[in-house]
Amino acid sequence: MTVDPTDPPFAVELVGITKRFPGVVANRDINLAVSRGEVHAVVGENGAGKSTLMKILYGMQRPDEGVILVNGQEVSFRSPTDAINAGIGMVHQHFMLADNFTVLENVILGSEPTTFGGRLDRAAARRRILEISDAYGLGVKPDRTVEDLGVGDRQRVEILKVLYRGARILILDEPTAVLVPQEVDELFANLAGLRAEGLTVLFISHKLDEVLRVADAITVVRAGTTVAQVKPADVTPRDLAQLMVGSELPTPETRESTVTEEVRLRVSAVSLDGDEGGRRLLDDVSLELHKGEVVGIAGVEGNGQAELVELLIGLRTPTTGTVNLGPDDITDWPTLRRREAGIGYIPEDRHRQGLLLPSPLWENRILGYQSRRPSVRGFWIDRRASRDDTRRIISAYDVRTPGCDTPAFALSGGNQQKLIVGREMSGDPSVLIASHPTRGVDVGAQAAIWEQLRNARSAGLAVLLVSADLEELIGMSDTLYVMLRGRLVAKLDPSSVTPEALGSYMTGATTALSVEGAQQ
Amino acid sequence: MTAPTVRVRGPRRLDLSGVGYNAAALALAIGVAVVIGGLAVELSGHSALHAYNLMVQYAACNTAGSGGDPCTADSVIDIINRAIPYYLSALAVAIGFRMALFNIGVEGQYRLAAVITAIAGVEIHLPAVFQIPLLLLIAMAVGAVWAGIAGILKVTRGVSEVISTIMLNYIAYGLIAFILSSYLSGNTSNNLSSATPNLPAASQMPGMNRIFHDLGLLAPHDPDQISGFLVVIAIIGTAFYFIVERSRFGFDLRASGINPWAAQAGGVSSRKMILITMLISGALAGLVGLPYLLGQGYNYSSEFPANLGFNGIAVALLGRNKPIGIAFAALLWGFLERSAQILDLNNIPQEIYVLMQGSIVLAVVVAYEIVRRAKVRRAEREVAREVPEALGGAVEVTA
Repeated sequence: MTVDPTDPPFAVELVGITKRFPGVVANRDINLAVSRGEVHAVVGENGAGKSTLMKILYGMQRPDEGVILVNGQEVSFRSPTDAINAGIGMVHQHFMLADNFTVLENVILGSEPTTFGGRLDRAAARRRILEISDAYGLGVKPDRTVEDLGVGDRQRVEILKVLYRGARILILDEPTAVLVPQEVDELFANLAGLRAEGLTVLFISHKLDEVLRVADAITVVRAGTTVAQVKPADVTPRDLAQLMVGSELPTPETRESTVTEEVRLRVSAVSLDGDEGGRRLLDDVSLELHKGEVVGIAGVEGNGQAELVELLIGLRTPTTGTVNLGPDDITDWPTLRRREAGIGYIPEDRHRQGLLLPSPLWENRILGYQSRRPSVRGFWIDRRASRDDTRRIISAYDVRTPGCDTPAFALSGGNQQKLIVGREMSGDPSVLIASHPTRGVDVGAQAAIWEQLRNARSAGLAVLLVSADLEELIGMSDTLYVMLRGRLVAKLDPSSVTPEALGSYMTGATTALSVEGAQQ
Repeated sequence: MTAPTVRVRGPRRLDLSGVGYNAAALALAIGVAVVIGGLAVELSGHSALHAYNLMVQYAACNTAGSGGDPCTADSVIDIINRAIPYYLSALAVAIGFRMALFNIGVEGQYRLAAVITAIAGVEIHLPAVFQIPLLLLIAMAVGAVWAGIAGILKVTRGVSEVISTIMLNYIAYGLIAFILSSYLSGNTSNNLSSATPNLPAASQMPGMNRIFHDLGLLAPHDPDQISGFLVVIAIIGTAFYFIVERSRFGFDLRASGINPWAAQAGGVSSRKMILITMLISGALAGLVGLPYLLGQGYNYSSEFPANLGFNGIAVALLGRNKPIGIAFAALLWGFLERSAQILDLNNIPQEIYVLMQGSIVLAVVVAYEIVRRAKVRRAEREVAREVPEALGGAVEVTA
């Protein structure tokens, strides 16, 4: 494929794209113009409609209205195959690779080169793969098995896969979500290589610092529509954030300290072994939660936070170490007993661990509270009391729903999360384990959830807050730990730490030699 | 406590139409099966209308539709009696399905339970009021133990219950042969037979025609007895409904079926639930062979009815794993089986009924999925209509 100088300026142009789902307009009047040979970022909050937009461009969804132009030609994609034929390739957030195949086999899967007799032509495939890999500086080794590769390498295989199919326009869906910082740098170097060869990259993200680093142009999506196209040089991260949320940013700050001396939850020297041969998932973790205290845990995802949370709610048992709730040693207690003893739990993934999606809200209210009133009366579910109490949560926590009999899947993410927060608060907990409590919710729900957590804290609740949102951590926490490779590597004062400093602790660039107070 | 009226009326409307949707889906599936069955009859060179007319006449009146035979309830009684074991076996499958456990081993569980109960019924001598409940308990215990093996394998070693229950079927068949031969070889009076001795009167379940006659529902000349197990399954079906839909145990069960991770995070012990559910499923399965054993055949032999367990899977599917739905499905199965006789008498291939059973199950799976999607769309639309501001993408967030 050669670049004809008379080509129209835009590699991809979307004009007036609208996509409706029953009850929801996912995209409305989207306008997007991507120049040839640029890295173009599409930013927006979770749920703003970025994914739908990309699915439309990649032929996975058909728009109800609007026009798609590729290299100036109007196109109508019925399937991803059409998009691939038009030179558009997609690198999904979750890799679609067969682990037990080699890189070569994965790359050619579905478009295998054959010799005249119909045999697989591995030699030709290897030549092409190495050619592409060298041309764009991807450094892919065709004969390695995918299961031996790290996340960054797998991503390069995915990129190579779409290049192999002749893509000149690449869509990368949240490519940095799974990467550690060094891998992000490598990815950005690769993107620069692609751009230098005249390829066009559409980069979907909600991480503003990365977008500002890598993009040549930025389109902001909010509430299903494109609200602005800007150049990175012209905006600050804060400007961009305000374009994304459409209003002044809420700040997650707590006011005066309500921390007391009373220890509510004590984790003492807890370790958790990984699968055979793997490194420890948790390594000698000790911390205390006091009444009225929010303890934040910062860290790049996958460094043991999820395991710590599951261990505290009783879904995992530590290899060594103990957990105390007040005076009780709860190390071996099952989940229900912990919940009855006053531990509330806001899970990281509300669809997986928090809700029964097809069930009505009032049944979701019972989950986790099926051993006490108002959910049950003896052996039987108390439907009436459960419904009444669900109505109470709906009004107290401003859950926007037609009623308590609506199935949970029908609500938006923010409203689902408000219901979960309301449910976990209704058990009158003394300790709340909150894992990413505002992930993927709209700004209004985020502010409401922060407010609820603050109020509960001043009423004496002890909160363990695990989050990827550094502003949330700094703003909400009374004490802040950094977790790296299963260890608590730093204890910081949230009132003096900056997001930048926190970030360098999280990646291990800065290490605190002594973790004061963490060892007991 | 009074609820706001608007809130109450909405959900009720939704509930009612939910039932309507399901009934429509079932009617659609039966319609598809009637068309397919009819085509098959026509292809075999007979009139489909005539065949269906025969089936309905025969089921309702036990007559062949022509001539002046007196209308009797024989067919109705037979259909009910055929439906009873299907009902039990479908409930055994359904309780597993409600928590996404697939007990394919009902077949082996009921047959093993039947042979042991057949022997116990001969060897134990108690008055009927104690003897029959004891035999029911023995059958349930045997079924529960056999299904419990699969449960223990799953919770301790992670063995899929689909594999283990089906393999346990074959072990059960072998075990049955072994039990039969060792029991019969010790029983010198009956060396040549492969059947257990007939149960004594105290072990036989009485029929219920007297009661129905007293209620004015049956004429005295109807000879066949309605099985006394009708009472047993009415009790079990009611208990099933209240335990699964209304009790805390049932909530844990359903939650584990809908989302096992959320159930665990909510404090439901998945191991405990798997084990208990397999035990209950096996206990129900243990009863499947008893209507025949205690009410019809009175012994266990190679002629003992087979495939009741596998048919139970289809009946459970058709009845949406709910006791009322399963009752209708089991009666439908009984009706189709009964009508095979009249088709045969009229030289119409009786296999038509198997074809119809198969097409109903296939069609109903599709129909229920259509219903599910319709319900999803309906719920989303309702949310969108009543709380438009709740949808992030739908409304402009004003700056």
